[in-house]
Amino acid sequence: MNINKDKDNKQKETKLFRKKTNPQEFLEEMAQVNIGENSAEDPFFETKRRTIKDRENDYQTKGREIRNKDLLLQEQTDPFLNINKNSGNSNSNALSYREIMMMRENEIQEPLILEKIRQKKIDEKKTQISAQPQNTSQNEQPRNSVNSVVNENAVRKRRRWDVANPEVEPKKIENEENTNGKPQIRKSKWDIGPQKEKDENQEKISGTRIRKTKWDSGPSIEEEKSIEKQNSWDSDEENRKKTSRWDKTPLVMNNGGVTPVGTSGMTTPVYGTPQATPDLIRQYRYEKEMDERNKELTDDDLDELLPRDGYKILTPPPTYQPIRTPLRKLQGTPSLNSDQTPLYEIPDSGNYLGEDLPPTPPHLPSFKPEDYEFFGKILEQKDGEELTTEEARDRLIMELLLKIKNGAPPVRRRALRLITEQAREFGPDALFNQILPLLMSSSLEDQERHLLVKVIDRILYKLDDLVRPYVHKILVVIEPLLIDEDYYARIEGREIISNLSKAAGFSTMISTMRPDIDHINEYVRNTTARAFAVVASALGINSLLPFLKAVCRSKKSWQAKHTGIKIVQQIAILMGCAVLPHLKSLVNIVFRGLSDSQQKVRTITALAISALAEASAPYGIESFDPVLKPLWLGIREQRGKGLAAYLKSIGYIIPLMEPEHAAYYTKEVMPILIREFQTTDDEMKKIVLKVVKQCVGTEGVTALYVKEEINPAFFNFFWIRRMALDRRNRKQLIETTTEIASKVGSSEVIRRVVFHLKDENEPFRKMVMEVIYKILIDLGATDVDIRLEEQLVDGCLTAFQEQMSDDGRIIVQGFSEVLKILGTRSKPYLPTINGTISWKLTNKSPKVRQQGADLIANIAEVQKQCDEQKSLRHFGGLLYEHLGEEYPEVLGSILKGLKSILVSLGMEEMNPSVSDLLPRLTPILRNRHEKVQENCINLVGRIADLGSTHVSSREWMRVCFELLEMLKAHKKSIRKATVNTFGYISKAIGPHDVLLALLNNLKVQDRQNRVCTTIAIAIVSETCGPFTTIPALMNEYRIPQLNVQNGVLKALSFMFEYIGEMSKDYIYVVTPLLEDALSDRDLVHRQLACNAVKNLALGSFGLGCEDALIHLLNYVWPNIFETSPHVINAVYEAIEALRVALGSVRIMYYVLQGLFHPARKVRAPFWRVYKMLYFYDQEALLAGYPRIIDDVWLDSRLLSGVECNAIVQSKRNLDPNLEGKNPTNQNQIQNQIQNQNQNQFENENQFENENVFDKVVRNNYLRNELEYFI
Amino acid sequence: MAEEERRLSLNIQQEHIISKYVGTGNTDMSKHDWLVNQHRDTYASYIGNPSMLYFISIVENEPIAKLKYNFLQKMVQPCGPPPSHKQF
Repeated sequence: MNINKDKDNKQKETKLFRKKTNPQEFLEEMAQVNIGENSAEDPFFETKRRTIKDRENDYQTKGREIRNKDLLLQEQTDPFLNINKNSGNSNSNALSYREIMMMRENEIQEPLILEKIRQKKIDEKKTQISAQPQNTSQNEQPRNSVNSVVNENAVRKRRRWDVANPEVEPKKIENEENTNGKPQIRKSKWDIGPQKEKDENQEKISGTRIRKTKWDSGPSIEEEKSIEKQNSWDSDEENRKKTSRWDKTPLVMNNGGVTPVGTSGMTTPVYGTPQATPDLIRQYRYEKEMDERNKELTDDDLDELLPRDGYKILTPPPTYQPIRTPLRKLQGTPSLNSDQTPLYEIPDSGNYLGEDLPPTPPHLPSFKPEDYEFFGKILEQKDGEELTTEEARDRLIMELLLKIKNGAPPVRRRALRLITEQAREFGPDALFNQILPLLMSSSLEDQERHLLVKVIDRILYKLDDLVRPYVHKILVVIEPLLIDEDYYARIEGREIISNLSKAAGFSTMISTMRPDIDHINEYVRNTTARAFAVVASALGINSLLPFLKAVCRSKKSWQAKHTGIKIVQQIAILMGCAVLPHLKSLVNIVFRGLSDSQQKVRTITALAISALAEASAPYGIESFDPVLKPLWLGIREQRGKGLAAYLKSIGYIIPLMEPEHAAYYTKEVMPILIREFQTTDDEMKKIVLKVVKQCVGTEGVTALYVKEEINPAFFNFFWIRRMALDRRNRKQLIETTTEIASKVGSSEVIRRVVFHLKDENEPFRKMVMEVIYKILIDLGATDVDIRLEEQLVDGCLTAFQEQMSDDGRIIVQGFSEVLKILGTRSKPYLPTINGTISWKLTNKSPKVRQQGADLIANIAEVQKQCDEQKSLRHFGGLLYEHLGEEYPEVLGSILKGLKSILVSLGMEEMNPSVSDLLPRLTPILRNRHEKVQENCINLVGRIADLGSTHVSSREWMRVCFELLEMLKAHKKSIRKATVNTFGYISKAIGPHDVLLALLNNLKVQDRQNRVCTTIAIAIVSETCGPFTTIPALMNEYRIPQLNVQNGVLKALSFMFEYIGEMSKDYIYVVTPLLEDALSDRDLVHRQLACNAVKNLALGSFGLGCEDALIHLLNYVWPNIFETSPHVINAVYEAIEALRVALGSVRIMYYVLQGLFHPARKVRAPFWRVYKMLYFYDQEALLAGYPRIIDDVWLDSRLLSGVECNAIVQSKRNLDPNLEGKNPTNQNQIQNQIQNQNQNQFENENQFENENVFDKVVRNNYLRNELEYFI
Repeated sequence: MAEEERRLSLNIQQEHIISKYVGTGNTDMSKHDWLVNQHRDTYASYIGNPSMLYFISIVENEPIAKLKYNFLQKMVQPCGPPPSHKQF
């Protein structure tokens, strides 16, 4: 590399060194970044693939962890199975409903009992400690009871490092055993480390599940929780730091780099391999990629990289010593995992993380590192004979799942089909035991989960009642989807659960989900309630009612009641007005919850009632009778959240009432509402606003009442600056205020808020402007008196002048709306406003200039109404001067302003005269900014439409060519404006010049340009009549140049699209041209011709041009064998259009020719067309189905007459279905037998070469043709 | 191969939707199945169009309910049992 020979060695060495290492500060910075929170600093964080786990919130993650444990349970018994069959082959280990219920009971009781024990022990300890001072003999106690553990824990803090402390760290006990000389006994279940818990769980079938308490959470590595989320054991370690250095837990995968590099001997070696958490894997992948990219270049690489000539390979200087000590290397390049590399162990099988991944077999999709945890098994090479049937089956399922998860769409589809078809053969055990853990894994991404859920959905159908034992496990996996933030995940979850409940049946669903209803964990109850609502919607609310009734009256636990009521709420939310038939029973089920002693139950009851009322609006008030009293009494007693829920339900019930009742109940609730106006709680504010809106909106509440009772407090407490800060609050406040205004009239409300327009706070001003704008649009300004009008305009003007922030649209919009609604009444204020606008237009800041221009654009019309033409002309001139504006946003607004001035003033009076204006606009058309383009084209189009005579046609031609470019703009509105403008211009200056130029343009090389030109030609023919362009086009087609001919075809195609029904006048004219194009050798040519035929057929359908269209169809039809995607698409589209024009039956006769052709390649396109026909027009085909003679006879033509006769006879005798069922067939057969016999006698039993079927079809075709048209 | 894939994927959505329905058929369909579909469609259409039913009931001099029943029965095996080609 180095060709500089002259320098001395020393210099070279330093140079070499400098090249090899990066500047120190960069290294340090990198190290900092790596040590600090890696996700926060990662510049590619946004682009990373996100797993579902990453975006879950705390609640979801914790719930998932709890649910994960449930997966380890045995499957449940299927009571139906036991009744029907002998329970011999069913899984005898399965849990029964009784056992599950006992387990749940234990779960609830366990913490309570534990807590009691703990309290007791602590108390005991206190007395004990005081009784016997520090005594090591304590440790000699046999450690087989809860007692001792608690004892030791209590005294732990007093111990020094020289005192053995065995239970602190079970891992190290083995090492320390020698020093202590004390055997380790593990009998107590409190001593068992979490890693044993799994085994224990599987051994104990009906026993109590071991829940983790803080007593048994030793610092083991097999913690279930991911390690990087530094949780319990980390903090344990923290606490113990002071006690002893032997107690120190080994640091696994700690990115903090606490353990010094290269001193691995000092720490305990890492125990086992770490779990593959997604973060770790990502980190690892990143690391690996970096290694790959930064690996040292070999000589071979360098040979490839550098040219041979001019370079010379030098020997390294004698003093140069490459760094060989690995330690120094490590220190030189700090990297993510460098501190743990020496601790790293070879991974176990099934837990691959490193580079030593075995290669993926060729028939499988690529593996991701995360996949090795689940799919590692596939990679173990085994011969087919070594595997048992089960193993082989499991491997197959695993392969299929991997293909579904990672494969490309076709592979995935095939695998999905296979797994669905064979679902019953695989059996539910094998399938679910693999799918469900996969679905709960933390490294899953959205797309993967979607696919796996799809698998479950498909196999549910197939497995049907076999699924019963797995209902609970499936629910455990699917329920989290119901509270996913992704809408589609929620829908998917609902669909699965509803399919599941249809497959498993109502009673199975109930008995499976019942235990979760009073689960101690809120997450489980929440998801279960949602799942129950889905079951109700799938199987009918009716069937669930008795169960709900029982649950909501449960005396055992408030949790059950809470969940039951929540189910009702979710049913209402999910099913909407479908609850109406059951409304009464649902309300009766829940209403007792309002008088429950538990606050949470009362709250959820109120929420359930509000959901029911919302769902049933505007009907069903009579069903709510029992809740009215408790609700209205309740609001006087409740506070906080409970009150909010009660108010919410009141808000939803009031609109259902009769007017007089509504008035009464509103008056009852109003004092409480007004009291709550002052609340500081945002949630409460929102609810209060909503309730006020609902109350005011009802018919029975009078305007006077609102004016006197509600308004003073309402505007006092809500129209304050604070409300403008929160977006949702602001929205709700505006809605409520508009509702009040429509009750009491606009002036009343506007008067109360108008002075806020001069407030110092800009967001507040905006909010006020928005509400005024909405009220004026709804109600108009007729009851705004002169005084208020002055205040209003004055306030708006202030707000407009003061406006500073970027998004000032609402102010400009509101101001112009005020002026528009005031109409001629705004004349006195216009001079002031115009002064402000002039000032704004000449302002230094571009934003201010834009606001000025926007306001002119909006109020030009009002100015005209008030006879302010003079100032409009003034502004016209002003804006014209500003056309050199450099900020595109402002320029766009200026053009818009000019356009509305032009429209208001008219062509004649326009101040910069049109002939001056247009030449200035032509260069602006080249501006690439979308807002500028759009406004400019609109302006030009307006001029072309109304004042084309003011400009010379030469200028128009110039504009035309600028416009061509715009036909390919991205924004649709721009393209549309361009098309319209083009039409105006060609109308103004006549088609001939434009067309000539356009046709010449077809010869250019640039494809985009040609396409735009063809569109332009089509527009010209639409606006000026096709007769002006078609002759020229057909003449142009004679030029033997591919581009030109294609251009002509394309132009024809667009033209027929635009002119629609007019096409029928030109169909006979262009048919010869299309004939020629459709029989051309060039593919693209035929494709374009097919497009033209399509538009032609669609334009002229039903107008009596069938003969020409059939003629064209005959030319189109042979192209169905094309394979190029664009061509074949165009052909099919043309056929479809011809189907519309000619009728499906006609096309079917073409199709019948090849439907049963022996060659599949021939059959395939025919079937595709047939499917299309069937799909769009099935019933119409009935009339045209051919009469087909029974194949028995046809086949028999191949046999000798006698044999055939026997067969036909026997068929008649044997086949009862034929007898009397299908008289035509029978008659036909008899006729044919006679024919056959005759043939035999006449010895004409010659077998024809032709496809018999085709012949029959053709005959029938002719016959049907006749019948069809007679 | 890649070309083939692309060609398919252009219409894969439409194809998929269409093939979800009974009666659309496919390339490997036997003539018998095709005809069975035709007959069933025909009967279904007769049953679904009241005016068609009136017409047939007048022609055949049968009550409409009976006609409906007959058509439904015929839909089971409108063209007889599927042929077994081994016979020949």
